Amino acid sequence: MSAVIEQHHDDHHHGPAKGIMRWVFTTNHKDIGTMYLWFSFAMFLLGGSFALVIRAELFQPGLQIVQPEFFNQMTTMHGLIMVFGAVMPAFVGLANWLVPMMIGAPDMALPRMNNYSFWILPFAFAMLASTLFMEGGAPNFGWTFYAPLSTDYGPPSTTFFIFAVHLMGISSIMGSINVVVTILNLRAPGMTLMKMPLFVWTWLITAYLLIAVMPVLAGVVTMMLMDIHFGTAFFNAGGGGDPVMFQHVFWFFGHPEVYIMILPAFGVVSAIIPTFARKRLFGYPSMVYATASIAFLSFIVWAHHMFTVGMPLAGELYFMYATMLIAVPTGVKVFNWVATMWQGSMTFETPMLFAIAFVVLFTIGGLSGLMLAIAPADFQYHDTYFVVAHFHYVLVPGSVFTIMAAVYYWIPKWTGNMYDETLGKVHFWLSFVGINVLFFPQHFIGLAGMPRRVPDYALQFADYNMVSTVGAFLFGFSQLLFLFIVVKCVFGGKKATAQVWEGAHGLEWTIPSPAPYHTFSTPPKIDMSEAHG
Amino acid sequence: MDKGKQHGWLVALSLLFGAGNAHADWTVNMRQGVTEMSRQVYDLHMTIFWVCVVIGVLVFGVMLISMLMHRKSLGAVPASFHDNTTIEIAWTVIPVIILVAMAIPATTTLNAMYDIGESDLDIEVRGYQWKWQYTYINDDPAKEVKFMSALLTPAEEINNLTAKREHYLLDVDNELVIPINKRVRFLITSQDVIHAWWVPDFAVKKDAVPGYIHEAWANVTEPGTYRGQCAELCGKDHGFMPIVVRAVEQDEYDAWFAQKQQEAADVYAIVGKEWTMEELMAEGESVYTRNCATCHQPNGQGLPPAFPSLVGQGLSVGAIQDHIDIVLHGKAGTAMQAFGAQLNAAEIAAVVTYERNAWGNNTGDLIQPKVINEQLAGQ
Repeated sequence: MSAVIEQHHDDHHHGPAKGIMRWVFTTNHKDIGTMYLWFSFAMFLLGGSFALVIRAELFQPGLQIVQPEFFNQMTTMHGLIMVFGAVMPAFVGLANWLVPMMIGAPDMALPRMNNYSFWILPFAFAMLASTLFMEGGAPNFGWTFYAPLSTDYGPPSTTFFIFAVHLMGISSIMGSINVVVTILNLRAPGMTLMKMPLFVWTWLITAYLLIAVMPVLAGVVTMMLMDIHFGTAFFNAGGGGDPVMFQHVFWFFGHPEVYIMILPAFGVVSAIIPTFARKRLFGYPSMVYATASIAFLSFIVWAHHMFTVGMPLAGELYFMYATMLIAVPTGVKVFNWVATMWQGSMTFETPMLFAIAFVVLFTIGGLSGLMLAIAPADFQYHDTYFVVAHFHYVLVPGSVFTIMAAVYYWIPKWTGNMYDETLGKVHFWLSFVGINVLFFPQHFIGLAGMPRRVPDYALQFADYNMVSTVGAFLFGFSQLLFLFIVVKCVFGGKKATAQVWEGAHGLEWTIPSPAPYHTFSTPPKIDMSEAHG
Repeated sequence: MDKGKQHGWLVALSLLFGAGNAHADWTVNMRQGVTEMSRQVYDLHMTIFWVCVVIGVLVFGVMLISMLMHRKSLGAVPASFHDNTTIEIAWTVIPVIILVAMAIPATTTLNAMYDIGESDLDIEVRGYQWKWQYTYINDDPAKEVKFMSALLTPAEEINNLTAKREHYLLDVDNELVIPINKRVRFLITSQDVIHAWWVPDFAVKKDAVPGYIHEAWANVTEPGTYRGQCAELCGKDHGFMPIVVRAVEQDEYDAWFAQKQQEAADVYAIVGKEWTMEELMAEGESVYTRNCATCHQPNGQGLPPAFPSLVGQGLSVGAIQDHIDIVLHGKAGTAMQAFGAQLNAAEIAAVVTYERNAWGNNTGDLIQPKVINEQLAGQ
């Protein structure tokens, strides 16, 4: 995005360099945020096209378009690219753009590292995507890459997958250290922790989660590497290893990982709903405590992904109870958002539409999550389309919708132009209808007994699979409209004011639109009415 | 709650999504199943479902009212409240109470499922890529019944060359047969990667993990044929390894079991005799189609590099003993399995003979089952 204006030239304020080298060498949080967001959108389209291959194959029973081997590569690559390439970098991009502007900092605390952590990603994903063209094909063992399917039985490209995961992990850890250091050290005077916008809070907590679990992911893939190439048997029962240990280690990373993808979304929604309800966020302190509680609980519930793995009764009971507890802080958050809307003075611009859809559809995903937490019932739900429906409800209308909401909400600040409101609403409704037609029927086929990760299915699942595929293509192609709206906004449109939204509060709305290349070179005075606490 | 009404409600909801073309066993909800446990799980599922519906209706109802009434376009003026300790405590405590109320029946059911009582019949369930092996465990190994159970649906149906029959993808060559009203214990394990043995009508889903033997049980109350599928991604043909269990009256079971034992005895006789090339080729083709063709393909060309071609190269035209060894013992680190544990000596002799003479390999080698049997016995 060319969302930059030349600043008046004194020693401290200078504009961006020219040409491609501006982007290669930049240490500016706005440039890096922009690159993260574009990268994430490219990955979203790539991962989405893999999803459309999956849905096209499942349009009818029988094998029509792809063979089972390639189908498994598509499910694996779709999951990996969406999780590590689309959702996580999008939130890092938002953090880069917004955290310094929200806390009154001139930039991220570690700008050079910021540059590295972005530029690792294109190489990591190029390596991952290149496996599609390798002999033996791309990884085909699901994004959860359970051993021994991924070790003794994996394709040769597994090694490239392992190094790609290492690179993504390094990038994430550097990015999150940067976020922590920035938030803890660069807040403007008067911006106490309990006055920070909730987006900053949720990212602070997310960053700690990332620092805690990315090394665990690195550990598990390293053990795989050792098993594949160096004769160890961490996960090989024949050599004295334990395939179930793989799952414990993986999900010790994997469960916090799903909160890494949703906590910043909570922060975004907590910014948007008060703005368009023209009313302060209800229960700010309880929002902070709820986020912290969810983060804590995320470390002690991992084995609810493994109820059928043969755990003893005590293990099943413990993980069932602990998982059910998550409903309490999550419920508090939902109730707070509803209470914020209550007796507000609401308007329904595109960001608000996405935010409200988030609250409704994320709650549906949360309720199906509560059903999945009930261990004996999970024996029937586990590894069926019910699970697929559940986690897509929390990830797509959950994380992805809030990322879109965030783009619509802050893009006037980034570009200085208003996006096309009519097109934005069209994009919302197409996405909203598409996503529900896509994922709601999957609850039914899952309950009726269709396993996940199958390229073909029995005849009684045919109708809903067809409906689901129609929804997938509707949702998928609607995102090209999103691309068009964003590009149109970058190149022109109604000029945005500094305030942009009538009900917006926070430091980022006190600076001009578009935000100058350098902001808050001297710390702002915190006007208490701008603070959130 | 009235079950019929519940089902009607779900159907009505599902019709909103425009799927009117009803199949015979078309369904939108979990099965009640045919065991005490599966019915308990179903009731638990419906209870939680309705709790979730009520919560959803309340939350979304408040949101909807708010969205309709508290609009700027209607001249709504924003209130200034932003906290309320009483209500915040209430919406923390009430969910906790609901959760405890849900946890109690869940714990009871889970406890019952984990009850390790004496069983009437023990069956070992062993997952292979991509089929199941069932062993009726007997203290006297000579009386054990053991067989493989694999997909029956032909490739022509999967590739849309012929019409798909009823039970498409849910049909196997050898069904697992169990008596009703008996407590049957399943000892579940795997030979290669992780699979999961799932029969929805029994509410039994247990991962088959190499190196572990997991336990599950069912006491089926109604005779019938119950179908399930592998539920854990296990490689290429994960979607093509169904489970079919036929539950029958005790006397019918006894008759079936006696017949299976007789078949096992017959195999010994077959292995002992001298086979002709024609007999071996015919048997070999059938064994090849059932066991080898998914990877090495019906024409022997394989899917290189994962599944090598058998035509005019490699072990198929190399030393006979190496060829027999890889079929018997598999190849570590690849999908090539040890068929010595799955096939009898006649079948192995036939398939090796077939591979050495089919598709123009024409080595003229003829391997007698006796030779294989001696090698198996010599281990």
